[in-house]
Amino acid sequence: MAAGVLFPKPHDQVLLALAGFGAAGILAGSFLNRAPNRLANGVATALWHAPPLEAGAAMAGLAALAALAFHPKDKPRSAMTFGAAMLILWGCLSGAGRLASLFALSDPSAARYSLGAAFWILMATALLALLDAAQRANLGLLARAGLIAALGAGFALTANSGAFADLSLAKEFASHRDIFFIELRRHIVLVASAVFFALAISAPLTALVLRRPSARGLVFSGLGILQTIPSIALFGLLMAPLTALSQQFPLLRAWGINGAGAAPAIIALTLYSLLPLTRGFFTGVSEVAADVKDAAAGMGFSARQTFLLVELPLAWPALVSGLRVVTIQAIGLAAVAALIGAGGLGAFVFQGIGQYALDLVLVGAIPIILQALAASFGFQMLLAARRGS
Amino acid sequence: MRPDAAAALSAAGRFARRPGLWLFLLLVAAIFLMPSAGILFHALFPDDRHLIYSRATFLELTLAHCQLVALSSLAAAAAGIGLGVFATRESGREFAPVVRAMAAIGQTFPPVAVLALAIPALGYGAPPALAALALYAALPVLEGSITGLDGVPASARDAARGIGFSPFELLWRIELPLAAPFILAGLRTAVIINIGTATIASSAGALSLGSPILEGLSAANPAYVVEGGIIAALLAICVDRGFDWLSELLKQK
Repeated sequence: MAAGVLFPKPHDQVLLALAGFGAAGILAGSFLNRAPNRLANGVATALWHAPPLEAGAAMAGLAALAALAFHPKDKPRSAMTFGAAMLILWGCLSGAGRLASLFALSDPSAARYSLGAAFWILMATALLALLDAAQRANLGLLARAGLIAALGAGFALTANSGAFADLSLAKEFASHRDIFFIELRRHIVLVASAVFFALAISAPLTALVLRRPSARGLVFSGLGILQTIPSIALFGLLMAPLTALSQQFPLLRAWGINGAGAAPAIIALTLYSLLPLTRGFFTGVSEVAADVKDAAAGMGFSARQTFLLVELPLAWPALVSGLRVVTIQAIGLAAVAALIGAGGLGAFVFQGIGQYALDLVLVGAIPIILQALAASFGFQMLLAARRGS
Repeated sequence: MRPDAAAALSAAGRFARRPGLWLFLLLVAAIFLMPSAGILFHALFPDDRHLIYSRATFLELTLAHCQLVALSSLAAAAAGIGLGVFATRESGREFAPVVRAMAAIGQTFPPVAVLALAIPALGYGAPPALAALALYAALPVLEGSITGLDGVPASARDAARGIGFSPFELLWRIELPLAAPFILAGLRTAVIINIGTATIASSAGALSLGSPILEGLSAANPAYVVEGGIIAALLAICVDRGFDWLSELLKQK
């Protein structure tokens, strides 16, 4: 019992672990790296060199997380965890922005300030604390969407006011602003067309597999083999035959189909999407119980009516989860397509890697991750909305 | 024919009918015979002068690739299974929801993006690629471990406790074997993704089968792309078949 008095038992070990993780991050890592130019290595600056208001807010938020771990009641703890996490997020973002602006006053204009490990660890700590609080409070999808929208709006407002303008990430973004939106659109077009073509192909494929059980093994193992081939290898292997085809047929060339660029990318992305989609459709439709179909037939439904009014609605969840998997996968693979000249956000990633411009890598990578998360969340909402109605 | 000879023949027949075996032989042939396929590439791509990738042998590339994948997958397996066991113990129960959510959300991160993020953090070369691959691959293993361990029926646990198993024996002899199919499925996903991502890791300076592909792309030499692409694709297919075989073995036990 004595030990219990000296060191009370935490009610939320997760928060305590997170606070420890954040504190270790502050002590070990650099909050902001200050470099004389875009290519040089930076000098690490710790969090406590940031303006005292922001640094204080971040550290207070972290201390609050540790203290909240010992709060006995779930509900108020979740609410206060939310506040503490917001304090950390604001302290980090605003602190990094203002510290960079302070440095910029005395440094030459070529100087760059990039975000360091401590910054990212603190952000991760705050977001995980938010996630934990949302899980414990049993927050519904709609409430989560509201929370995300509020966070996004807050970030956009702060960014718009120029608070981050001196960070090298923002500078890199600003100098690529025009191309950024072009590449973003290209990325979305790549993903959307691949998903569209995959839908158009996997629907008849599913019908075939449902009618002819003997074709099942062949179709699924064939698509499975396609799925395992490394993306860049498949892109590359498609280039040679497409080049040959476009040299043979001028019409294809006139449509802009040739070995490099969007055509092999969309074909490869479509091929990768076939297995998850077809499998999703197949399990969805084939799991509709036989007696349900019998009942529909008994009510005088035609085969077509049964399909449209009974099977399709019942197969909906499996269908949507197939679409979710495929969309997330395509968003990631489309990034690789930049290597064969298809453009998209991957262009920034690989350009940045090639030029050792690491903030340019982030200009590509962060929106790719956000897109994947948004797609995942959107499909979850779609599933939940259906279930609710 | 003598019965043992007939048995040997039919065993050989079964052996020869395994597609995995033929694919593996094809992979080995591709690795060793690629340098002598110059005539073929000359016929396919008439205007290029240097048609066989020669910075490293294909064996070296394949071994470097496999090393990258094997090391990162081992680390991922250790971390994923370890964390999965922790989150399903009494003392770690509290972490289970957040760990599960982390595994689910983490897997929506595209592997290329994780690789890209590792470069600013850790620099160029093989180590950051290794770390990124391991980090990403731990997630499906973790998810498989939690699903598998959570699915162990309470009756099996009670029976083991009843005959006096210690918590460690319970884990080692009952829970892990029962969860093995799920863990293996997670590991399979992880390894296949890693083979693909290791190909891209050559853009960050790690030697792999992606090296000829990327050099071919940047130098507009399609022969290099095809050479690397064929071996990388065969390697992935063979490893996938290998996992098929492993999970069948597991089922037979």
